[in-house]
Amino acid sequence: MADNPTPHLDMPIEAAPPKKKKGMVRRAFLVGSALLVGGGVFGVYWSDSSARARAKTLTETGNDRNFLGWMKIAEDDTVTVYSPHIDFGQGSHTALGQMLADELDADWSKVRVEQAPADTAFANTPLGKGFLAEMSGAPGVINALPGALIAMIARSLPLQITGGSSAVRYTGQVGMRTVGAAVRLALIEEAADRLGVPTSELTTADSKVIHAKSGKALRYGELAAGAAERSLSSDPVLKTRDQFTLIGKPVPRLDIPAKVDGSAVYGIDLVLPEMRVATIAAAPVRGGKLLSVDEKPALAVTGLEKVIKLDDAVIVVAKRYWQAQKGLKALSPQFSDGGHGNVSSASIYSAQEALRKAGKPENEGGEGDVDAAFGVAGAKTLTAEYRVPFLHHAMMEPFALTGHYAQGKLTLWGGLQDPLSTRARAAKAAGIAMDDVVFNPMIMGGGFGRRFPDMTEIIDQVALLAKQVPYPVKLIWSREEEVRHGTYRPQSSAQLKATLGQDGRISAWRTDYVQSGDAEGETSFIYAIPATSRRHFSYQSNQMDGPWRSVNSTQIGFCNESFIDELAHSAGEDPYQFRRKHLPAGSRHLKVLDTVAQRAGWGSPLPEGVGRGIAIVESFGTIVAEVIEASVREDGSPKVLKAWAVVDCGTTVNPLNAEAQIAGGLIMGLSSAIGEAITLDKGAVVQSNFNDYNILKLADAPPMIDVHFLESGAKIGGIGEPGVPPASPALANALFAATGKRIRTLPILTQAKA
Amino acid sequence: MAIEFKVNGRDVSVEADADTPLLWALREDLQLTGTKFGCGIAACGACSVHVDGQITRSCSVPISEIAGRSVTTIEGLKGSDGALHTVQRAWIEAQVPQCGYCQSGQIMAAVALIEATGSPSDAQIDEAMTNICRCGTYPRIRKAILAATGQAAAALQGDA
Repeated sequence: MADNPTPHLDMPIEAAPPKKKKGMVRRAFLVGSALLVGGGVFGVYWSDSSARARAKTLTETGNDRNFLGWMKIAEDDTVTVYSPHIDFGQGSHTALGQMLADELDADWSKVRVEQAPADTAFANTPLGKGFLAEMSGAPGVINALPGALIAMIARSLPLQITGGSSAVRYTGQVGMRTVGAAVRLALIEEAADRLGVPTSELTTADSKVIHAKSGKALRYGELAAGAAERSLSSDPVLKTRDQFTLIGKPVPRLDIPAKVDGSAVYGIDLVLPEMRVATIAAAPVRGGKLLSVDEKPALAVTGLEKVIKLDDAVIVVAKRYWQAQKGLKALSPQFSDGGHGNVSSASIYSAQEALRKAGKPENEGGEGDVDAAFGVAGAKTLTAEYRVPFLHHAMMEPFALTGHYAQGKLTLWGGLQDPLSTRARAAKAAGIAMDDVVFNPMIMGGGFGRRFPDMTEIIDQVALLAKQVPYPVKLIWSREEEVRHGTYRPQSSAQLKATLGQDGRISAWRTDYVQSGDAEGETSFIYAIPATSRRHFSYQSNQMDGPWRSVNSTQIGFCNESFIDELAHSAGEDPYQFRRKHLPAGSRHLKVLDTVAQRAGWGSPLPEGVGRGIAIVESFGTIVAEVIEASVREDGSPKVLKAWAVVDCGTTVNPLNAEAQIAGGLIMGLSSAIGEAITLDKGAVVQSNFNDYNILKLADAPPMIDVHFLESGAKIGGIGEPGVPPASPALANALFAATGKRIRTLPILTQAKA
Repeated sequence: MAIEFKVNGRDVSVEADADTPLLWALREDLQLTGTKFGCGIAACGACSVHVDGQITRSCSVPISEIAGRSVTTIEGLKGSDGALHTVQRAWIEAQVPQCGYCQSGQIMAAVALIEATGSPSDAQIDEAMTNICRCGTYPRIRKAILAATGQAAAALQGDA
């Protein structure tokens, strides 16, 4: 087996702007315990020999040849790419396959992308490297770590996370392309030996090595066995943009055919012999405990087999889901409120306001002397307060996870965001070793940040449940359970204050922002203002909140982009032109803003009652500006008429999918702004299902969304999340333009009815 | 009790409580898992099937009401030769699905709409397509319906 004696991956990672160390905290929480920020620790580096051997045994069948645990080539030329990221609909599997196959010069019709097994042999080093570089702002330190040290610390860390729009940015750029290029070189070397010609006379295309002089060609499938024995280059020359054959091309997604004929098997669809189905009711007030439950009424239901009590929940097990549901409804479990019986949405806002007024921020970003600027005589000062509620992820597939405990080993089946961490959490809950947990990742019906193992109690529930029954058991959360026990986008509030100087420009800007955790460092503040202060106050309610598609960028984007609109109107200026004045000449931001204004016909006359709003937010390395045209119906509800989005994510790997991600993100942003809210009363969530948690439907989505990409060639940014944040402020700004009424509290429908 | 009905042209008999929703009989007794559970209260449409040709949210119809009737699920849309339905082909062509979980229901709703109207207008699409898609594939759903009904020129105007 070919061992690379000096594992080294030299792809440069651009420096992120330096950030205060505290700004890393929330993102570190987001990626979970997988990443120990500040400790210089990350996952398996360019697989070493033992990991590679393991990867081979896990995936090689017959004469297939696995390369580095990242891909294999079969004798019939089929290339299977192993993605360490899950794909919950964002299309990353196809994009990652494109990136590897492009460098490999593989015949795309013979490329498959599979979820990598949940095994450390498939852990994802480029991701750790990329995330750490972005968060620490010190990539030099990471690249300078000796390979031996990395190999030593690597093995124990689970690292197959998906989040932070990271798949293409790190895994694709650093991992997939390098692997594809390195394997291509090995195939060329193998062909050169077989044909007795120099490598310089060989070219590759369509999964063949071609010797043009003699007209001979060898298929990759013929060469794989020999190539797999060769040493792989750790720093192959990668293609330049003009050489791409798949990257940047509108390749149809590989997963779609099985999603239109009902054959795709999601976690909730799994059927195993002798399997039972369970459902659950957890304490209505998060933090509460199960006090008592009389099991008898449930056991009287046909097919009901068992009632299981957990510390904070009751589970019923039956032959069928409907029987389990009936059994659960027959119970009257008593729960404590964990001392949170007085928590309400209003009490959280009050507590946040008090915390803000106490003036002791968790963290502060910005530059210049804001207070001095606020004190200048004659300066025009504006202050506004913004509030956004908890949001439910509403992945369309309710949580479902299947477990089977037998002979000391636990096997799990389902869709979760980080297969390796899932094993770690299940092992801990079941009180067994991680090696005794097998996790089989399955297709996911959405995620949007809800499926991080760190915040996924269903793993513990299934681990405990499976140990109490002799058969495989699938635990399905009802929609009501999912709505009421989410890991919501945090309820947050902010006070923004700014002054306008004599020149009509913003001279100082302060944001006092309150939510759980610490959001500083999450969203780029893009405007050039002499004095800025972003103070972050951390308030934790009894709810478990977490990342919701684009993490903190929706809340912060809404505040910032609404407030700058207020400032523009206060200065008597056009909101687009006013933003322009605060963006550096020649910047990517300015180009994105100008392009969206141009495409949307900014400034052209509109029908009466229609308003136009604009917003621009940078998140996950991608800059997105959106324009919305909207009006207000007689009942006060907003009607979105048209939308435009202009995106600079550096390079689009798959324009067809990228467009869908941006348009879908824009719609999710509109949906949240218009109708979505999780509210609390007496410590418990008020909403229960899609009848009272309002998700935008087709008729209310803009029929036309113009999505345009600027191929700037800058470092690749994310695509799954950045479409969301500009949508809500662009809509609120459009409604202000239409009605003169400023929206500072979301959702809009609640305000309209108030 | 045993309840007899037709699914995708086949006679079936399901042994289940009379109040069992059709959805769970399809998924758990007949292993037709292409029809999805989303909300259980007929609010999202992920469970949409056709009952005697009518679009029906199967999570909220007791199986006792299905006796003697004919049900079509996503698995039954293909022709007898295994060829995809025009609407399924349009869905692939427009690259509609993202996570895909709601798409069986969306496709069943679209097929029912097209069977009822021939060439649905935008207003008819707005009125009939009330299934929730959290990924936000609505513009492509509209585009695929227009394309499937020979209104490709109109479909092109919907950009996303």
